[in-house]
Amino acid sequence: MRTDITKINERSPYTDLTEGLQLFAGGTSRLFGTGEWRTNTPVLDQDKCRQCLLCAPVCPDSCIPVKDGKRLCFDYEHCKGCGICVKACPFGAITMKEGIEA
Amino acid sequence: MSRENVMKSRAIPERMSGNEAVSFAIRQVNPDVMPAFPITPSTEIPQMVSTFIANGEIDTEFIPVESEHSAMSAAIGAEAAGARTMTATSSAGLALMWEELLLAASNRLPIVLTLVNRTLSGPININCDHSDGMGARDTGWIQIYAENNQEAYDNYIQAFPIAEDPRVHLPVMICQDGFITSHAVENIELLEDAPVKAFVGEYEPEEFLLNPGKPVSVGPYSVSAYAMEAKKAQEAAMERAGEVILEVGECFGKMSGRSYGFFEEYRTEDAEYLMIIMGSAAGTAKAAVDLLREEGHKVGVLKLRVFRPFPEKEIAEAISRSGCRAVAIMDRCESYNGCSGPLGSEIPAGLYRNKVMTQTVNYIYGLAGRDFTVDHVRDIFAELEEVAQGTMKAPNHKYIGLRE
Repeated sequence: MRTDITKINERSPYTDLTEGLQLFAGGTSRLFGTGEWRTNTPVLDQDKCRQCLLCAPVCPDSCIPVKDGKRLCFDYEHCKGCGICVKACPFGAITMKEGIEA
Repeated sequence: MSRENVMKSRAIPERMSGNEAVSFAIRQVNPDVMPAFPITPSTEIPQMVSTFIANGEIDTEFIPVESEHSAMSAAIGAEAAGARTMTATSSAGLALMWEELLLAASNRLPIVLTLVNRTLSGPININCDHSDGMGARDTGWIQIYAENNQEAYDNYIQAFPIAEDPRVHLPVMICQDGFITSHAVENIELLEDAPVKAFVGEYEPEEFLLNPGKPVSVGPYSVSAYAMEAKKAQEAAMERAGEVILEVGECFGKMSGRSYGFFEEYRTEDAEYLMIIMGSAAGTAKAAVDLLREEGHKVGVLKLRVFRPFPEKEIAEAISRSGCRAVAIMDRCESYNGCSGPLGSEIPAGLYRNKVMTQTVNYIYGLAGRDFTVDHVRDIFAELEEVAQGTMKAPNHKYIGLRE
């Protein structure tokens, strides 16, 4: 049975939960804002960026969207601030800024 | 599986070890995926299954993994994807699966694991006791123990209909004693392929990952507001597993002529003294009971088969029904809690909860392959008699055959 999980909430009795807490939908991690876990924030310097795109595939949270061959701004809703992109950038275009704000 | 029209099977007399018997059952079930890593004394099982695959007898996808941690991880992935999955292990192999054992259960995946019981280190030793299985007793797996090769074979075939029942959806561990059962060759009555295949049936999960157009997320992070409810729901499934185990055990009887319950009561009707024991040593206990009965002693054996879910109410009723004066609770495992083995804790707790106040004495035997003989059983029954008559103080947590 594909339970409509939007009807399950923090008042639902245990008998109403799905088996093993399965979610009957795809891409549900989009709804989970992991950005608030961040303590430091990557910032892109547009002038230094050469659009080599070495940063995008190394992001463990797919937070560097690429459109028409060009990277866009960070997805701060989900970026956890790990800083891997900073290491990957050969041009020093990404720096870590202290705090959750870009 | 169909519970109404069970196909009867002819018995095929054979001689086999426990490992051969379980491998023969795997050939008949033809599971979709088997990730496994070799460890004594269960190594023969993946080895034999690999041979069946190489010979084209079954089309199971065998995944040679780099550890048991990976074996259970792969089993979880395969089962979640929608494949009927099984694996085999022993001792440290089961210990290395630890984290994943709990995940398999909490994700409600009906994986079947055949455990060939071997002691956990240390001291390092490869022989039989139940410390591996008992160590995993709170992981949420159903656990069924076998006395001999026949039961290992029969229990294995029943494992899939139990695990996959929509009321259950929990993983099942089918346990047999390392070397004593797994490597000793004994007579066995095998079943024909067709009735076994019909009994187990095709695996048709309702929800699975490789199901185009019907996406599902398995094992999501759960905040505190949901995790406790999820654990209770899992516990409720374990409670429901009891009725399913009994149904499947009865149906198995219709196919094979051998029915199974939570435990076997051997000459307990009018017994004054009982021994509760699990695994291969139950055979030794029964042989001793036969001898003692000939000598006029009213003794019997309750051989525990299903350890999880723990049938405490039924055990209490059986002890109460027998009207016995004292019970020896036999543990092939040390709990290191300073007072008892695992059965020595759980059975008296169950008796107390059910208000059956029979005297019990807990014994530890057969650790790391130590022999357990008919004479040991005789001594224990003699001791029980003295305890019941008040001529001896009940020993607590006593080791059998220990040099002191």
